[in-house]
Amino acid sequence: MPASDFSRRRFLGAASAAGLGAAALTACGGSDSGSGKDSSGRTIVEWWNIQTTEPSKTVWPERAKAFEAKNPDVRIKLVTLENDAYKSKMTALTSSGKLPDIYHTWGGGVLRQQVDAGLVEDLTPSIEPWADTLVPASVKAYQFDSKTYAVPFDIGAVGFWYNKALFKKAGISAPPTTWDDYLDTVRKLKAAGITPIALAGKEKWPGMYFWAYLSMRIAGVEGMQKAADAKDFTGDDFVKAGEHLKDLVALKPFQKGFLGDAYSTPTGEAAAMGNGKAGMELMGQWAPVVQADAGKGIGKDLGFFAFPSVAGGKGELTDVFGGGGGYAVRKGAPKAATDFLKFFMTPESDRILVSKADTIPVVKEATSALTDPNLTAVSDMLGKSTGFQLYLDQAYPPAVGQEVNDSVAALIAGSKSPDQVTRSITQVAKSQ
Amino acid sequence: MTSTYVKDTAEAVAEPSRPGPANRRPLARRVTDWLTAVSFTLPALLLFGALVLAPILYALYVSLFNWGGFGSPSDYTGLDNYSRLVKDPVFLGDLWRGLLLVGFSVLVQLPFALAMAVLLNQKLRGRAVYRMLFFAPYVLSEVITGVLFSMIFAPDAGLADKVLGAVGLDGLGGLWFADQSTVMPTLFLVMTWKYFGFHMMLYLAGLQSIPAELHEAARIDGASAWQRFRYITLPLLGPTVRISAFLSVIGAIQLFDLVWVISQGGPDHASETMAITLFQFGFKRYEIGYASAISIALFLISLVFALAYQRFVLRRDTEGALTNMRATR
Repeated sequence: MPASDFSRRRFLGAASAAGLGAAALTACGGSDSGSGKDSSGRTIVEWWNIQTTEPSKTVWPERAKAFEAKNPDVRIKLVTLENDAYKSKMTALTSSGKLPDIYHTWGGGVLRQQVDAGLVEDLTPSIEPWADTLVPASVKAYQFDSKTYAVPFDIGAVGFWYNKALFKKAGISAPPTTWDDYLDTVRKLKAAGITPIALAGKEKWPGMYFWAYLSMRIAGVEGMQKAADAKDFTGDDFVKAGEHLKDLVALKPFQKGFLGDAYSTPTGEAAAMGNGKAGMELMGQWAPVVQADAGKGIGKDLGFFAFPSVAGGKGELTDVFGGGGGYAVRKGAPKAATDFLKFFMTPESDRILVSKADTIPVVKEATSALTDPNLTAVSDMLGKSTGFQLYLDQAYPPAVGQEVNDSVAALIAGSKSPDQVTRSITQVAKSQ
Repeated sequence: MTSTYVKDTAEAVAEPSRPGPANRRPLARRVTDWLTAVSFTLPALLLFGALVLAPILYALYVSLFNWGGFGSPSDYTGLDNYSRLVKDPVFLGDLWRGLLLVGFSVLVQLPFALAMAVLLNQKLRGRAVYRMLFFAPYVLSEVITGVLFSMIFAPDAGLADKVLGAVGLDGLGGLWFADQSTVMPTLFLVMTWKYFGFHMMLYLAGLQSIPAELHEAARIDGASAWQRFRYITLPLLGPTVRISAFLSVIGAIQLFDLVWVISQGGPDHASETMAITLFQFGFKRYEIGYASAISIALFLISLVFALAYQRFVLRRDTEGALTNMRATR
């Protein structure tokens, strides 16, 4: 008996030690992301980012050092995680209720969840004095009920990238601005023996851009917001968006075998554009880089135009579909956190990001630092934008975002009607 | 055999004077025996429980919830996920495509592998080279195979269309993986290329163990080549065929990586398998509850098939080894 007693005690001891250890670890995790002081009494501000690639991998720590030089009582501690690792880490932290002092956010549904859970600092008062210096579209993804919960540092948008030489060859003098013009443009390109549009049908998100933009043009950004809030996309506007897309698909505008093509592979969408084999693609600001990477790149022949407007639609030609990155601050973080964000997004600082880290300026005054003509085109569109819609897969819960992709892909493949698309999306939205 | 022997010996040594039933032994002895058995099997049982049983039971539990994967499941929906499953056109399509894949594997791929094995079992110049060549695709990883064939079957630009064009057979070229109606046949082609070598090797091994005397005797008796194949080779190859069919079917039911790389289940779900649907819902949409229901369905289908196959088809092969252990004494 003494032996078994001993072993039981030892077992209990071990178990509780393990329990304590786990608790201690959690506590460490907590205090890591909480406010603390380092050995020399400086306030530690944790800055969680996803800048794992050059050049931003170097630029980010440099900015932190620059801030520390001006504020000797603050230490910025960078925690840099890879994109997917970051996402899963953040979901765990969100459910535990302890967020880092400053953390990367894409805005939209996820940020909203964190805000609703009372975990995020309302930055409206602290950024008010300098809010006007920012490009309005860049802040939209982080605003709920007219309060701002994050400071943007990068912004991008989707539009048509087109091959000027091929357009000229088909006798098209200017990029289309209305949907009817657009369909004509497609017909002209086809008549000239040119594949009008490159599309990666295997990856469903590039096709979704068409439906999303048509919905924005017809229902307007407000209509999109209302549908998302009511979890009901069955309105006429969304059915119409599908019908317009169906009209486009009926012209057979995509490259041969597009349903099997990926986006960035050597035979994919970007390569078709980069090798001058297609007239245009609907893609984000990264398109020129990927075109040159997957194909040869078409250099000066590459042009950019906004998604055309639809007659009778409530949306404007200047409403923009896109997304970017920003930094939110946890509720109760040291004041130095917001100070740092202010420092990070001054015109001087953003100019450094733009020129060194290839971001698109979010501070109006930093626009002059932009030299790349392609990014300038996107930046101009964002600067003049009247409305902004965040990427649907970031704005909506993952299941809804995927259902939009899936249903629109089915519409393009011809197995779902415009009406069925809206009903499928609504059904999934309601189940969330 | 061995275990019964050891047990008998142990009994004999322990109780030389007592021929009565085991449960008459003193309680302490029985407890010790039992403890010994438990302590020897416990590590294996724990591992099996933690790595196999627990996840299955957890999936079963989760499949009763509408759960996004974060926090703990709280929205209990009963069997809703399952009733959604039997109405989901994609899942029903998965079942149909699974059946197609199984049928194709068993009726086309295996006979082809068998034919190749019989051919390569004969005296043939360069036999070893052929065997190696046909087996090589099986060694290649699924992902590499997928990428390779995506390029080969790229419409117009790919090797397949170029070759067909060069020999004047342009008409046979097509969209391959890029069309709902041709994606499955093309996939079959790739699967055959990839997996027949493995089954061929199994058959070759089986063929080697068939005594040459039997064929000689049959030949002397005037049996034709077909008769010799039908009445000697095939029956003696039975156990090998049954195992290879089993592996082939289970492989077809659980097919994932090759299809994922080639088409991600597209275009428009035309090549989607159960495992791909499971992945889509689990890791793209974060509908963990529904994905768990799919995984349970996949598990049950595999389990029922495996058990039925063991019971009815493999019975003869495993008789004595697994089933009637005591009777063999």
